[in-house]
Amino acid sequence: MSLPSTFLGKDLVGLEPLTAAQIRAILDTAEPFKEISERAIKKVPVLRGKTIVNLFFEASTRTRISFEFAEKRLSADTVNIAAQGSSVQKGETLVDTARNLEAMRIDMVVMRHPSSGAAKFLGERIPSNVINAGDGRHEHPTQGLLDMLTIRDHLGRIEGQRVCIVGDVLHSRVARSNIWGLTKLGAEVAVCGPRSLLPRGVEELGVQVFNRVEQAIEWANVLNVLRLQLERMQGGFIPSLREYNRIFGITRERVERAPGALLILHPGPMNRGVEIDSDVADGPHAVILDQVTNGVAIRMAVLYLLAGGAPEKAEAAKGES
Amino acid sequence: MPEPQRQLLMDERAVERALARMAREIVERNAGVAGLAVLGIQRRGVQLADRIAAEIERAEGARPAVGTLDITLYRDDLTAIGPRPVLGETRLPPGGIEGRSVVIIDDVLYTGRTVRAALDELADFGRPARIFLCVLIDRGGRELPIQPDVVGRVIDTAADQRVEVLVPELDGRLAVELIRPTGAT
Repeated sequence: MSLPSTFLGKDLVGLEPLTAAQIRAILDTAEPFKEISERAIKKVPVLRGKTIVNLFFEASTRTRISFEFAEKRLSADTVNIAAQGSSVQKGETLVDTARNLEAMRIDMVVMRHPSSGAAKFLGERIPSNVINAGDGRHEHPTQGLLDMLTIRDHLGRIEGQRVCIVGDVLHSRVARSNIWGLTKLGAEVAVCGPRSLLPRGVEELGVQVFNRVEQAIEWANVLNVLRLQLERMQGGFIPSLREYNRIFGITRERVERAPGALLILHPGPMNRGVEIDSDVADGPHAVILDQVTNGVAIRMAVLYLLAGGAPEKAEAAKGES
Repeated sequence: MPEPQRQLLMDERAVERALARMAREIVERNAGVAGLAVLGIQRRGVQLADRIAAEIERAEGARPAVGTLDITLYRDDLTAIGPRPVLGETRLPPGGIEGRSVVIIDDVLYTGRTVRAALDELADFGRPARIFLCVLIDRGGRELPIQPDVVGRVIDTAADQRVEVLVPELDGRLAVELIRPTGAT
């Protein structure tokens, strides 16, 4: 029952281009990969001999380490390149970097880049598989997938859940990947935050908008609380962090007023006391560390699916052994 | 396209009798149930392992440890067949395999590549005292130096034929069928 690698295509650029069936298949594939990380020997040989470059043009600890664990647990060889702080910009220089890597015979590139669309740009220009680990404000597909896997683990299904994304939606690629993925799988999605931090026309993506976080909590059974991106807040989007916490912070008092069960996700790293209070982050509703655990399994699943070989051989080699 | 021909090789009773004998042979080779761990290879080896474990329990009054093994990630032909998106569960028996007599159970033994992968996977989990290979059907056609210890039935097949083991949990009935492409004699 093999499916060709074109099942996902060559690259994973975002969740927007994927079908519901493709997204579901990634989530299903991640399930058995969870167990590998619980073994004494956390390694299977499936990507033995593949070389993967983690090309990070932006700071990242969690995502990079998560990808690296996933790659190593599948027995791939990995190289990390941090181009942070350099004057690299999308365009010739990015392609030159990738072409130089390709000249050393690599198989996959996992890339984070400050420019929206950088992953697609690169994927169209090199034959290696490209996995988007976050590009500007565009998408962060593996984060969206691990959020969905965590919701499915706890609630049994995605369909019919009411998920509200709270906070800095404007700058958030996590929000975009969540909106695409969750709506494709039949969840209702809303966003909540200061108007200055919601993208104009966000309703056109098929999401509700709540102006008050209390309303969002009353409506939702899942909150995905985004990090307030302090490094991107030079532009005067909010008056002050304290003010933000007072109006939009996920506090224990607010959570306790939820009418039903509430699941709270956060992509990390958290600004405790800004978008989420410590009481909540460490409390019974939060599944933030489950998200981190699931992140490795999701990335293993994506690497595995993209690494599969030539689709034209798929039929020929089928059959029992 | 014309339907391929299906020929019944073993009916339900025949499979049950074979499994009962295989269970006895396993216990005999291991001189009892102590230290025995039965591992079914996904997918249909899993149901056969459950049946063999039940037979052993019926005959000996003690149940061996049971687990499942998915060898997909240990195959040597990922790039040839493409990835299988949905992998089966690998679940070692409680207590693991270290120092135990492990019985690998699969439905059909053909090229031996699945068994090779299973041996590699088991080596990553620990060091069994010994490993037995137990298959319901040995259809020949080996590509590796691998042979079974306990066999339900040996049959001769051509490369374009397939042998299907059907189990009630997945297929609604217990049987073994030989499938020939139409037009072949």
